[in-house]
This record gives sequence, C-alpha cells and structure tokens, in this order.
Amino acid sequence: MTMKHILAATVSVVAIAIAGTVALAAGQYGPGASDKEIKIGNTIPYSGPASAYGAIGKGDAAYFAMINDHGGVNGRKINFISRDDGYSPPKTVEQVRKLVEEDNVLALFNTLGTPPNTAIQGYLNDNKVPQLFVSTGADKWNDPKNHPWTMGYNPSYRVEARIYGRYILKNIPDAKIAVLYQNDDFGKDYLAGLKDALGDKADKMIVMTKSYETTDPTVDSQVVALQGSGANVMITAATPKWAAQSIRKVGELGWKPTHFVTNVSVSVGTVLTPAGLDKSVGLITSAYVKDPTDAQWKDSKDFQDWTAWMKKYYPDGNLADANIAYAYGASATMVQVLKQCGDNLTRDNVMKQAANLKNFAVPMVLPGITISTGPDDYAPFKQMQLAKFDGHNWKVFGDLISGGNGS
Amino acid sequence: MHQLLQQIASGLATGAIYSSLALALVMIYRATELVNFAQGDMAMASTYLAWTLMNAGLPFWAAFVITLVSSFVAGVIIERVIIRPVQNAPVLAAVIVFIGLQLIIYAVTGWIFSYEVRDFASPFPDKPILGALINTRDLGVIGVTLVMLILLYVFFRYTPTGLAMRAAAQNPVSARLSGIRVGRMLAIGWGLAAAIGATAGIMVAPVLFLDPNMMLGVLIYAFAAALLGGITNPLGAVVGGLIVGVAENLIGTYLIASQLKLTVALALIFLVLVFKPNGLFGTMTVRRV
Amino acid sequence: MTERATTMPPAIAEIRIAGLSETTWRRIGIVALIAFGIALPFLVSKYQSFQFTLAMIYAVALLGLNILTGYNGQISLGHGAFFAVGAYTAAILMHRFGVPFWATLPAAAVICFILGVLFGLPALRLEGLYLALVTLALALAVPQILKYFEGWTGGQQGINLIKPKPPEWTGIDKDRWLYYLVFIVMLIMFRLAANLLRGRTGRALIAIRDHPISASAMGIDTARYKTLAFGTSALFTGIAGAMSAIVIGYVSPEGFGPFLSISFLVGSAVGGIATIGGPLVGGLFVQFIPNFANDISDAAPWAIYGACMLICMYTVPEGAIGYLGPRLGRLLRRFASSSS
Repeated sequence: MTMKHILAATVSVVAIAIAGTVALAAGQYGPGASDKEIKIGNTIPYSGPASAYGAIGKGDAAYFAMINDHGGVNGRKINFISRDDGYSPPKTVEQVRKLVEEDNVLALFNTLGTPPNTAIQGYLNDNKVPQLFVSTGADKWNDPKNHPWTMGYNPSYRVEARIYGRYILKNIPDAKIAVLYQNDDFGKDYLAGLKDALGDKADKMIVMTKSYETTDPTVDSQVVALQGSGANVMITAATPKWAAQSIRKVGELGWKPTHFVTNVSVSVGTVLTPAGLDKSVGLITSAYVKDPTDAQWKDSKDFQDWTAWMKKYYPDGNLADANIAYAYGASATMVQVLKQCGDNLTRDNVMKQAANLKNFAVPMVLPGITISTGPDDYAPFKQMQLAKFDGHNWKVFGDLISGGNGS
Repeated sequence: MHQLLQQIASGLATGAIYSSLALALVMIYRATELVNFAQGDMAMASTYLAWTLMNAGLPFWAAFVITLVSSFVAGVIIERVIIRPVQNAPVLAAVIVFIGLQLIIYAVTGWIFSYEVRDFASPFPDKPILGALINTRDLGVIGVTLVMLILLYVFFRYTPTGLAMRAAAQNPVSARLSGIRVGRMLAIGWGLAAAIGATAGIMVAPVLFLDPNMMLGVLIYAFAAALLGGITNPLGAVVGGLIVGVAENLIGTYLIASQLKLTVALALIFLVLVFKPNGLFGTMTVRRV
Repeated sequence: MTERATTMPPAIAEIRIAGLSETTWRRIGIVALIAFGIALPFLVSKYQSFQFTLAMIYAVALLGLNILTGYNGQISLGHGAFFAVGAYTAAILMHRFGVPFWATLPAAAVICFILGVLFGLPALRLEGLYLALVTLALALAVPQILKYFEGWTGGQQGINLIKPKPPEWTGIDKDRWLYYLVFIVMLIMFRLAANLLRGRTGRALIAIRDHPISASAMGIDTARYKTLAFGTSALFTGIAGAMSAIVIGYVSPEGFGPFLSISFLVGSAVGGIATIGGPLVGGLFVQFIPNFANDISDAAPWAIYGACMLICMYTVPEGAIGYLGPRLGRLLRRFASSSS
C-alpha cells in the first residue's frame, strides 16, 4: 500500500467520521421528523356506531399535549394527527394514505380495530411505515417475519381466553362451559383460545356457544338458551353493552355459573353498575389495565397523576372510562419509543426502538406488569392477572400469568 | 318445555320494545303518510333529556312528564322548521331529509353525552317473577305499551282532532275544503309521535341501557313490526312487534344459527309484504292515479 | 344518433350559438370534460388521484341507483348490497381462482344483474316507502350474511388483494394507472346509460314512474321494465363494487354497512336523481363531503354531513345537475338570441 492510498483512506475515514458527527448533532430524520417536531398519525372512529372508541384517540391527543407542555420529547414537539375512519376499512385506507403521503407522518400509532388495521397493513409494510401499537387484541399482529412494520399492543384476546381455559381445567374439572360471543374476530378469538387451552377436552366441556350481532337489541334470548344447556361455567366475550345485559340476565335467571367476562367489559362504572353490582359479585376476569373506577387504586401515584392529567388535558373525558386509561398507557409507551430514538428519528430506528422495549412500566397498568419487545417478539403485553369482583372492587388473585402458546 | 316458555316470555318482553317504537311510526304515518327514519334517534334524544333531569335530582315521574311535553314541542318545531319545506316535495327528498335529521340528532347527542353506556333507572321494581320467567320491569314495558295503544285507538277513533288528522293525511285538499287546518294537524301529529317515542325510549332504556346507539337495532325491528301489522293500524303494530320478538327468539334458538336471526326475520317480513302488502291487519288503501 | 333526434324537440336543436348548434356545444362540453379527466391525475398528487378514482367508482354506483330510483321511481336504500356483491365477486375470483382483475368486472356484472332481477321480482309488489324499508333491511343484513359465509368471504378478516401493477410501457405509477382504468370503465358505463335512458327504454321507465296506470294502458309491460330496471341498476352498482375492491385492495364486511347504502341514495339525490350528469356530482359528494365534515368538526362529523344534506334538499331539491342543467340551457339560449 502506497503512502497515497493510506492518505486517501485516512481522509475518507475522517470525512465519514465528521459527516457522522454532524449528522448526529443535527439528528437523522425520516419523513415527518425535524428539530422542532415529530408527526404521528392515527385513525379512529369518531363517527358512527363505534364512536365510543373515539375516547382513545382523544386520550392519546391529550397525553401528547401534556408531553408537549413539558417540552416535548428530546426537545421536539409531538404533532399528533388523528383522523376519523368511522370503523370502515375503505375509509381507513384513504385516511392513512393521506397521513402518509400528504401529512408525511413519521409513524402510525394506535390505529383502532381489526378490520381497519388489516386493510392498511399491506400498504404500510410495502411503504415501510411503522404501524405501531395497533389498538386491537387480535392475535395476528405479532408477526415480525411477514409484517416487520406492524406491532400489536393489547394482550391478545386469544391469550386471555387460554388463561380462562387453564383456570377452568385446574379448578373446575367437571366444568360444562357455555360461551356467549360477539360474532366477529374479537368473539371468535375467545372461542379459539378456549379450545387451545382445553385441548381434546374442548368438545366435551363446551356444551353450548351462542353468538350475537351488534344489531341485536338484547342478548336475553341467547342467555336463556345458554342456561338451558345446563352449563355451570359461563364465558361472556362481549362488548360493554351486551356484557352488561348478559351479566344482568344471568343474575335474573337465578343461574349461578362461574362467570368469566372479557377484560374489554369489566369497567365498574360503565358495565357492572348498569348490570347491577349485586349481580356482578363473583365475576372473574383477567386484567392488565387499572380500572379507574376501582377504589383500591385511589392512592397509587400513577392513578393520581392520571386524575390530574384528566382534569387539565381532557376535562370532557369520563373519569370512569377505562378506554382513556388505556390510551394514557399506550401513548406513554409511544413516547418511550421516541425517547429511545434520541436524535435518530428515521422510520427504521423507530421500528428498531419499538422492538427494543425492556421491562417498561406502563402507567395505569397493574403493578408488576411491564412490557418488553424484541426483534422476534412484537407482542408488548404478555402478562395478566386474574381478578374477582367482590361487589365493590376487582381483587386480583394468583400470580401474574403469561399466556404463551400451547397449553 | 321450560326453555320454550322462557324464550317466548323473553320474546314478548323484547317484542314490547319493538311495539312501543312501532306505535310512534304508526302515529307519524297516520298523520303524514310518511315513514320517519329519525324516529328512533328522536326517542333516544328524549331519553337523554329524561336522564339529565333525573340526574339533576328530579323524581322519575316529574322527569317523565317534562320530557313528554318537551318532546311534543320539539316534534312540532321539527315539523315546522325542518319537514315543512319538503312536505310537498317528492318522497325521495323527504327520505333524505329524514336521514339527515337522524344523522344530526345522533351525532349531536353523542357529542353532548358521549357514546358510553349509561344506567337508566326503571320506574318499575326489578324483580323476576313466575319462576324467573319474566321480570316485573319487562311487564311494565308491556303494560305501558298497551296503555299507549288504547290511548291511540281512542284518539283516532273518538276525538275530533284524531279524526281530523286522519282526514288531513289521507286527502289534504278535501280536508282543507271542509275546514280542517291541515298544517296544524301535521304539526300535532309530529308532536304526538315524538311524545310516544319519548315514552318508548324511557321505557326501554332500563332494559337496553342508554347510549346513542340504543335505538339503532330497535328501529329496524320496529319498522318490521309496523309493516307486519299494517302501518296504519296501532293494534297491528303492537301485535306485529310481539310476533317479531317471539319469532326472532324461536328462530334463533331452534331453527338456525343466531347469526342469521336478523336476516331470516327480515326475509319473513319481506314475504309477508309481497303476499299481503298491507300487513296482517292493515286496511286496503285506494291509490290515487 | 337517431335516438338523440327523437328525444330532443326540434325547436331547441335548431338554435345556434356562435354558429354552432346546441348539440355541438354539448359535445364540446363533454369533450372538454373528458380532456380534463385525462389531465387530472397529473395536476394532483398520487393520493388525490386515488381519491378521484374512488369518486368515479361511486359515480358509477350512483348511476346504477339513478336508473332505478331516478328514472323508474323505485327508492332503494340497499344498493350497498349490490356494491358488496360486486366487490366480493371480484375479490373471490382474484384471490381464490387467480382470475385477472379485468375479467372480474363482467363476472360481477352478470351476477349482480341476476341478483337484481331476482330481488326486483318480489319488489314489484312494493311501493315507495315500503320498498325503501325492505331495501334498508337488505343493507343491514349484508354484513351479517358476508360473515356467515366465512369459507368464501374470509369472515370479518376479509380478503386482501394484490393491486394490479401498471405495464412497463405506460411509465406511470399504480394510482394513476388505476385512475385511468376506472376512468375508461366509467366513460363506457355513462355512454351505455345515456343510450339506454335517452331512448325508448328510458321513456318507458319514466312513463312507469310518473303515470304507472296510463303506462300499462299504453301497452308498456310494466313488470318487465321494472324488473329490468332493477337488474340493470344492480349491474352498474356491482361493476362499481368490483372496481372498488380492486382499487382499495381489501374487502371486509365493515366496509359495506348501511351507511354506504344511505350515502349512495344521498349522493344520487344531491347530484340530481333523474339526470345522467348527476352521479358525477354525487360521486364527488359521497367521496369528499365526509372528509370535509371531519375537517370542520371531529366532535360530530355526521351532524355536519346531515346538515349538508338538508341544505342541499332545501336549496336544490332536484339536485345539482337537475337544477343547473335546464338553467344552463336557458342561459345559452338567451345568450344566443341576444347575440343574433
């Protein structure tokens, strides 16, 4: 090697090093990120029958507003753009394209619903835009191999159902199980998870399943039929209104099964109170978010922070709405990812940091439950804890359970 | 056997819910010969008014009466301001205006009260009776529906206003010639329908729980009930509602998977309409050429 | 072209403006519109091309609804059902049988035509509001039926499709390519509709709508025309549905709820119910007004949308084109008489 070559090599190395430092100082930016701000996109139903979930989008926005008031993330303000898709997948596609192509967001966050997210998953992965912490409990979001740009958030419904199944096998060996489920992916994932856990006993133990549609005014008829099956265990995989009806009807019929209710519908304020607290005694669920109406959290630090935040940033919001507690935690997770990104705000790095969460303690989540992710693990929440309703509060019992595959 | 009885009882309870809203549809049809798509959400909005009043500390019956009166007034105003301009426009324009009205009421109520599910206190005691066959609260709904039916029957049959309203709807021109104030009849018709709807809403809210979507599913079944019984006939609407409620339960329990309950119920009604276009109890109307 | 002469009173056809007949002016207008349509994708972004593609698809669907509701007076609140059948026909054929995307359009057309006729037969006995209610019921039932046949439709998961790629030689991107494909189909469908509606069939349909008894007294086979109107209408809407599946690349029951059917009826009324140009305006309304409502208020977007509907019905109950069309003609004629 001649002197000339060495010199050239040295120069180029130095040049690269300098370039590197300069880039680091100024920050590396993907679309939607700059020294001043980070653009994050979101779709959620603010109109139409699924509007109750709109509170999640408003909660996300309120959380980011608080972060911005405290100086933002590493000095950058979060510009959160949330658009209405009315829970209609074609509309979601349109709105997400607008967010990506016109608004130039860095990443999509907390987009809501299984069908809407399915509709945009291909587009976002083709265009390498992070689709982070989607707001659905379907099982399919943890698939880094085929969809490296999509990451789930909620513990999956299927895992939750497996937890119930295992509990039943262990504690109620002579169980005859009746299931009420919403006729969509949400409901069907419960059936699938239950069957996973029960294995070859499933056919014998599950004595009857009944579904309902969201156009059904009541589920009374279904509950009556399920009682008629002679079951001693009831599983209600229903959204709040129908879950409340189911709990009430079970009580009115004088039927006393061991009753499991999906953690989607366990809010003391919006489900159990309408159903009747006396009829709710003994319900079992597996929780991960703190129910804001549950008095036992009154003195915990994160609950007090939450209440103060609600008063200041989301005064219209309902303090009893568990959806907002959920949004609070999800947004905190997003902020954590952005913090970890430092000055490297490219889409690649956002995804890399999202897959690099280590025992992050999410606010408004049960004590002891943390989230971790990795390049091969896109399922942030894996732990839950069983809880029983005592007429006033949910009382957690047993250990933290992780509901991995198999039984 | 017990299962069958239980399904029929629960079907009657749900059917009474359909009947009560169907009565409001019949009312408006008798007054205007139109079908009001916004009826369900008008009832829902009235129920929120009652809920607000009760939350403010008013006793149930006071809130009930205030809501009824306000709903009547609101119905009259809606007719005067929103419906009047399209009264003589083609049916399609009326349909569009009804749908627009429905969207506005739905969205504004959701915006004010949020989309959460609320508890609504029933005026009736909440106790299972007859071996848990039926609940006293459900009996209350059935009872109130029957009372409304009788009142409507008497109104159309024996009161001068009721008779004038029928005349105004069926033949506005000759009604006007014989001294009936057609415009006022239409407004009263809307007011009464709104009040009936409010009663229906207040009765069913304890059963279904109150949220802006409360009447979404009910409305379509109420349409079915009214069509089945004959949309001009209050008795038909009530019987139609009970039939739909019971049939829906029996079909879902014994015949097919409950996923297609709605579809099958609708197909049956479709058939009834094809073979008996005026419904089971409707009277033949002579069409003008 | 002989058809045109019979539909237009000679007195109007003879008026000449700046030396050209009104027919020529009309043609110039149409050519200018087509030229604008060709240029549009290069005037706007890819995303906006995609939006206009959707608006054109809705326009074809509304055209179908106009044949039934506008020209034949049968109100349908369930056309989302035919749109869904078209979309699922395309999706299932492409996804399961590997049929090329263009071949799904004729298939969707045939299937929807047959379904439309089958639905139209019993609907013969239902008048006005009864038909509106029954079709509304159809719209409500569609998502549940789609979920029921999970083996074919993929249930609530729906079906993901691979969007067709533009051939190399065109040198344009996917969005513009799809825009032009839909644009061509739309032109064909409008041409077909114009031929159909401006001729004998159109007059028969209108006669049945306005004077059903006199129409049958004059020897028009009312039942046949009404069923055919239903079938043809479903055919147009079905083709639109198939295109929507191809352009969006995904179908699921949530995309075909009752709100879709309602927006179709609204769009067609706003555009002008018994006009051929109306669906163009209606398609833009269906596509853009919800977004507009959302921009104004994310608190209650449907209230804004509803208010837009009321305003349209109060100010121009005959729809945009129904209102503008005759006035434009009159204006031109006045201009002609003053200049000559």
